[in-house]
Order: sequence, then structure tokens, then C-alpha cells
Amino acid sequence: MAETQILSEIRRLFPDKIREAFSLLGEDVVVAEPKAFLALARGLRDKPLNYALLLDLTCVDTLACQSCLEMVYTFYALDRNHRLRVKVPLPADDLSISSLAALWKNADWLEREVYDLFGVRFEGHPDLRRLFLYDGFEGHPLRKDYPLRKRQPTFPSRK
Amino acid sequence: MASRLEREASRESMLLNMGPSHPSMHGAVRILLELDGERVLNSEVEVGYLHRGFEKTCEHRTYFNLLPYTDRLNYVSPLINNLGYTLAMEKMLGLEAPERAQVIRVLMSELSRVSDHLTCVAAMAMECGAFTVFLYNIKAREFIWDTIEQTSGARMTTSYIRIGGVRADLHPEFREGVGQAVRQTRQVLKDVHGLLDKNRIFLRRTRDVGLISQEDALSYGWTGPCLRSTGIFYDVRKAHPYSGYDRFDFEVPLGERGDNYDRYLVRMREMEQSLRIIEQAVERLAATPPAVLAAGLEPEEAIKASRDRKPASAPRLSPTLEGSEKDAYSGILADDGRSIVPAKEDTYTSIEGLIRHFKFFMAGHGIRPPKGEVYSSVEGGNGELGFYIVSDGTDRPYRLHLRAPCLHLLAALESLIKGRYLADIIPTFGSMNIILGELDR
Repeated sequence: MAETQILSEIRRLFPDKIREAFSLLGEDVVVAEPKAFLALARGLRDKPLNYALLLDLTCVDTLACQSCLEMVYTFYALDRNHRLRVKVPLPADDLSISSLAALWKNADWLEREVYDLFGVRFEGHPDLRRLFLYDGFEGHPLRKDYPLRKRQPTFPSRK
Repeated sequence: MASRLEREASRESMLLNMGPSHPSMHGAVRILLELDGERVLNSEVEVGYLHRGFEKTCEHRTYFNLLPYTDRLNYVSPLINNLGYTLAMEKMLGLEAPERAQVIRVLMSELSRVSDHLTCVAAMAMECGAFTVFLYNIKAREFIWDTIEQTSGARMTTSYIRIGGVRADLHPEFREGVGQAVRQTRQVLKDVHGLLDKNRIFLRRTRDVGLISQEDALSYGWTGPCLRSTGIFYDVRKAHPYSGYDRFDFEVPLGERGDNYDRYLVRMREMEQSLRIIEQAVERLAATPPAVLAAGLEPEEAIKASRDRKPASAPRLSPTLEGSEKDAYSGILADDGRSIVPAKEDTYTSIEGLIRHFKFFMAGHGIRPPKGEVYSSVEGGNGELGFYIVSDGTDRPYRLHLRAPCLHLLAALESLIKGRYLADIIPTFGSMNIILGELDR
């Protein structure tokens, strides 16, 4: 696959932090090394790359086919009008990744959402708890092994 | 388990719940406040009261079936949600909607944007005590929704924009309807400017309240009118033009300070620009006339005629199937047998058509995009509305994620109200236009 100019620049700046870089349907994708992800994210945010916006942060459950969860980050650089997708595979036996809450403020809520729905632990997150669902909810509903119509135990109302 | 604020609050201060069912909370969101008198020391925003598992549900529906669920995200501008989803799908399938359908899409999403902003300004003004503005805006919104209903058949749950194009051509009297809506909205905008722009009460409650700096707005992932109110130029319609937005002439209004008043003003100016786009789109539509439908046979005659040989003219369809005629497809739907519903005349008159129909709707067949993933976004009423879809080659999305602009906006609320008065929460919350259907998913 053809590599765009920006991807080769990223490859040059962070040779040991990325596994792959490719373009897919006109979108630039980078697969990051999980251990070096925080350093990579900091490098992307700061100049010269200047990805000031963390547009989106989500997760894909690929436990069945690749035995890992895949974190998907979308960054956006205003000055060069470029979206970059960074994917980080998390092995099934260690579902944790560094938190970006210190770099982007919206990462706080977005990571809580992923923790809530996928059960990924974010290391260094200031207040990691469920965002949408209640405390006492069992399981993580966006995992593929969670059935569509599973019922939850009734939960006593708070005093 | 006690929340963070309940653990950390000092013994002298008061803890107060605002919401989840508070009239100014636009749905159901709970703000737990730590108060010293009227001053907010700390706060904690709790969302999720409207979480209905949109993403999980979509992963168990086919690509065609999940469209109505997108109506229920941002229920004030459902057509923009439809468009966001269909554009993501079209990117994945490599489809392009015909010219006429693209103009209709632009027209519909701008009408929705106006209705979205009208609602926001209406609610915000009402909560600051300007009830007249609320009535005027809702009146203008009614004209817009009447126009949308005339064509799509529904006010809010439209499902009008489909993969490959739009569901049916515009109503024959659309031009008059939209002209009326634009005229009425212009008049209302003028009135609202007169009522609010220099209104002392409104200014005192919005000027320099809810201030956010450019750095913070970016760090919180703000997009849309709220980001532009701080003076940063980012609009998906300009940055990544879709549906031919680059061929329309419009400006992107910017604010200066990033306070509640700027957010109000940016929305008001954006509506004027949207009305300009609508007028241009109406002119452009006149250049591509709607398909002229040939006179058909009544169903009974068609069946009788088909006993001997294939009838020369197609049967007439019931009015509820309007827009599904073969003649209408050329202008409003892409020419792709696998991604659009087969024309109804074929389904009813030939065995091949019937097979195609079954293949489209049967589980495991239908629309099956190639393996891969796609992120595509449109400019929604509140900012960048993005769909991230992962396909595994089957007829259901392996993963469908919505980037909801509201979530990023609301995440900043705690910092915006910290140290302010209790009464400042209401205009600050109102100016963000939080739509819980989209935020909680």
C-alpha cells in the first residue's frame, strides 16, 4: 500500500514506537507499540506534528479472531487538516494501556466509556469508573461474548 | 459506591443534586454540586440515564436495518445523522449518490441544522427568562419540520437519507414550502436579534460566563459552533467537504471570546448561512428536474395482463411505496444492484426481480461491504458527527461507533462552572445544546 508523506514523517520520527503504517480508503493508519504508546501520543500532540484534537477514542473487540482488544484513536491536526488513526492492540492477558488524560482533557470521559463498555484498564487515569452504566453492573456489554439480551441482577436502591 | 465528590467534599459545604429530572437539563443528566452558598466549589456530571445500547444494537442489525436507529441519536436533526451513517457506508462500498440526491442531502441537512440551532437558542433564551424567543423559534421550527415532513413523511424519525441516495424525490410542492420556511425563519432571526442582542438581562447572564480558552476547547475535543465561538476555524463542511458542499457559497462565522454569548451569536449567524445554502440548493434543484413517472397499470390489471405475457407498462405502485419506482431511481439513488432496494416493479413482475428482492432482505445476504474499516464524519448541529464502522465482510457491522460531539462538550462543563454561581450553570449548559440521545447513545 502506498505510504503518504505524513506517514513516512511519523515513521521517521518514531521508528521504534510504531509497528506498521499504511493508508486504507484514503485514511492514514498507524499501528503502535503498546508499551511506547504514551510517548508516541505525546510526540503526536506536540510540535512539529501538532495533532491538537483527540477526535475520538474507542475500542474494537477482536478477542475471538486475534485474541486481543484493539484500541482505536483518531487524532486531528488543524494546521495541516489531517486525520490520523492510531491502533493499539492489547493482548488478552493484559488489557491495560496508558491513559491520555494528562495530554487531552476529553480523554478522561472517553477512557471511562471504554472502561465501562469494554473493561480496558487505563493506567494513570485520575478517576477510572463507569461512565454510562451504574456501579454494580456485571460485565462489559460491548464485548462480543456479552449476549444482546442478557439481564442484569436487580440492584438495591441507594439509601 | 460513593462518587468522587461525595468522598472529597468538605463538611462545611452543601451537596445538591441538579437533575437528572430538572427542567433545564434537556433530558436526563445529573450534576452533583458542592456549594458554598450560591457558589459552585466543585461539581460532578453524571451521564448515562438515556443509554440504550445504540452501538450494541447496531452490531446485531443489518446495515440496511440499523438506519432508523440513527434517527434517534440527535433527535432534533435526524437527517444529519442519517447522512453521517450513509456517507460512511458509501465510503466503504465505493458508492456515490447521483447529483440530484446530493443536492437534496445538502438541503435537508441544512434545514436540520437550522432546526437544531433554533431549538438550542429557544431553550437557552427561555431559561434566561426570554419566553417570547422560545415561542418565535419554535414557530419557525414548525415551518421547517412541516417541509421535512412533506417530503419524508415524518417530523423527526425520518430515515429519509438512504445508502446510495435518498428514499424518494422531493414533494411536488416542496419549493413553496421551503420558501415559506426560509422567509419565516429569516423574520424570526431578525426578531430574535432584536430581542436578545442588546438585552441587558441576557447579556449579564451570558457575557463572559462559561468562558473557555482556545487551548482548553481543543483539549476537550470541542468541534462545531462551540469550538468556532472561541475563534478557531474548523468546520467539517469546509475541511473535508462532502455531498458537494465545496460547490456552495457560504461563510463560517467565528466568535471571539468563547463565552455563552459568543456561542449564541455563532449559532444565530450560522443559521443565516444555512438559509443561504438552502436557497442555493433550491435553485440548483430546479436545474435537475424530478423524474417523470410513466402512467402505470392498476395492480389488478397488471396481474391479469401478466398471465399471458409480460405487460408493456409497469403496474402502478401503492402511494406508500412512492419513490420505489424504477423511473424515480435514476435521479435519487445510485445505480448499484447490491446496495439499494430493488425497484418495486421488478419485484412484482419478474422472477429475477423477486430473487433480487429476497437476496437484499434475506439474513446473511443484503449489503455486504468488503472487510475493512472506515471513519467518516459530517458537520452535525453540535459539531463533528463521526461514524467509525468495522466490517468483517458479513451483512452486519462488526463494530459501529459513533463520535458524539455532545460528549466532548459536556465533559468540559465541570471546569466551566467551577467557581461560578449556581445560576450560571443554566445558560452555560443551554448554550452547549446537549442532546442526550446522542450523548448517551
